[in-house]
Amino acid sequence: MGFCKRVLFLGLLFLCTSPSYAELTIEVTEGVDGAVPVAVVPFASQSAPVSISSIVNADLARSGFFKMMAEQGMPGRPSNAGAVNFKDWQAAGQNYMVVGQVNGGGGQYDVQFQLLDVFKGGQMLGYRMNSSAEDLRRTAHHISDLIFEKLTGKKGVFSGRIAYITTSNQGGKQQAHQLQVADADGFNPQTVAASVEPLMSPSWSPDGKKVAYVSFERKTAAIYVQVLATGARTRVAEFPGINGAPAWSPDGSRLALTLSKDGSPDIFVLNLGTRALTKLTKSFAIDTEPSWSPDGNSIVFTSDRGGKPQLYLVSSQGGQEKRLTFSGDYNARGSFSPDGKTLVMVHGNGNDYRIATMELSSRAINVLTSGRSDESPSFAPNGTMILYASKKGRTGFLSAVSLDGKMQQRLEFKSGEVREPAWAP
Amino acid sequence: MKLNKTLVALALSTLLLSACSDTDEKDASLTDGSQNAISGINDASTSGLKGSGLNGSEMNGGMNGSGMNGMSNGDYASTLGPEFNDPNNPLSKRTIYFMLDSSEVMPDFIPVIGAHAQYLIANPAQRVTLEGNADERGSREYNIALGEQRAKSVAGLMKAQGVSASQLDIVSYGEEKPAAFGSDEAAWERNRRVEIVYQPR
Repeated sequence: MGFCKRVLFLGLLFLCTSPSYAELTIEVTEGVDGAVPVAVVPFASQSAPVSISSIVNADLARSGFFKMMAEQGMPGRPSNAGAVNFKDWQAAGQNYMVVGQVNGGGGQYDVQFQLLDVFKGGQMLGYRMNSSAEDLRRTAHHISDLIFEKLTGKKGVFSGRIAYITTSNQGGKQQAHQLQVADADGFNPQTVAASVEPLMSPSWSPDGKKVAYVSFERKTAAIYVQVLATGARTRVAEFPGINGAPAWSPDGSRLALTLSKDGSPDIFVLNLGTRALTKLTKSFAIDTEPSWSPDGNSIVFTSDRGGKPQLYLVSSQGGQEKRLTFSGDYNARGSFSPDGKTLVMVHGNGNDYRIATMELSSRAINVLTSGRSDESPSFAPNGTMILYASKKGRTGFLSAVSLDGKMQQRLEFKSGEVREPAWAP
Repeated sequence: MKLNKTLVALALSTLLLSACSDTDEKDASLTDGSQNAISGINDASTSGLKGSGLNGSEMNGGMNGSGMNGMSNGDYASTLGPEFNDPNNPLSKRTIYFMLDSSEVMPDFIPVIGAHAQYLIANPAQRVTLEGNADERGSREYNIALGEQRAKSVAGLMKAQGVSASQLDIVSYGEEKPAAFGSDEAAWERNRRVEIVYQPR
């Protein structure tokens, strides 16, 4: 509770003192070619505790699809379509603009916004919605989703959530490990599990209601499935040796996981209903990090059976395994894009470990990031961005990168190391 | 000297052995842990996100209370006798280091493992946990597997000398429990290790 209050307090503090975010910094690594110019005009608002238009502006900015107009250059501050002089905004080089207002008080707000086509001089989208004070951030993300979908034809992911592991030093050798769930922009973090022993590998159920993860709280590896709404959880695997890398099947009925109970680590599928366990791989090498194809028919995994870690594919019923990656001497932790056409992975080259994608049709590897220790990539549910963990010095933080690698967004948290992000479905 | 040669031969055979299971076949437990008070997890209520499926919910959290002081009992060995604290005695060395992406025991550490093996043979009620670890490079679950291979290499050497499998537990923490923080070779080489952790009898 104290933790939540502190986060809330920080949130309020920075909103009062600065338009920038306390926890989130946006870092653009390169100019974005082909980004569409959009102006989000600050909404007219008397008393709202949260700036909706600032949140919408930040959401759209980090999608990589849009070039956001700076507030200083705006030729006016209209709060509805009728007050817009479209010629001024055409001259300012904008394709689209968003105007709106927030009315109300006493904890209840009436939020209106319009998305306008600057060249046609007309409205593309207009909504009016009610929001309690505490829901204003969610309302803002919802507006971002509506605008994003209208302009790109793809579902927005701004009102989604992420899970991740964070570790902070409790003094001496004592470490506090937490599994947290937060908004997609890193706000509203909530701790769902905490332990002095490591927590690892969060994986969302396809309905977004449960998380599977690895915990060493009993001084041995075990996999838990936890219901987020209640905190109730079930220990589903605690075999001798490794119990790791849980990955939910797309239909939600099974978990792929890594067990070493028979000797070397192999990929298994656990039926969550019957608890039946099926062994998929049987090599004497390391087989780990399973991830399902969106149709549930196959599983990509990491194996060092060829000497170095590479990605392999196996049917989710078992059978012949097929090597997928041949470029580079380290390709690990593969997972499918939502459309099943692309894999994202950790691609190692010498001492550098970076996030790369590989189109399954061409097998061409495209390195997206430039860190030295980038890992744990996770596709956004709409396939437009990849969230991953990175390190600078001793600071571990999360970043998102657009699929072309040109837009980088860094989520920096106040304390400790943040790693292993998993984007909720 | 003859002993050392034997140990080198044993080290080589360990590479083959490490493909086999070293762990006791305990019954696979698929228990419902939600009823238990699990160490390190204390109930705390947090305010949820409205309409997000998290609202009004009881969430596990909180970092205080019992269970959070469950420090590893890595210092237990120092209470076993003066030989465990004498820097000239190999029993005082309880960390085995490894080369990059390798689970092969280096010759320097074979006498150390041999000394612990002899102690365990002489004290059959004593158990140790072999904690495998990796440096931060590469993916986390792969590093869990690498750490386990290292721990199994050490276990294989001990068993080849006659240590009972029932005296040896293996756990791999991968890169999750670094001995040294930092992203340079000095930190990495301290983290590629197996810790021999004596368990209270």
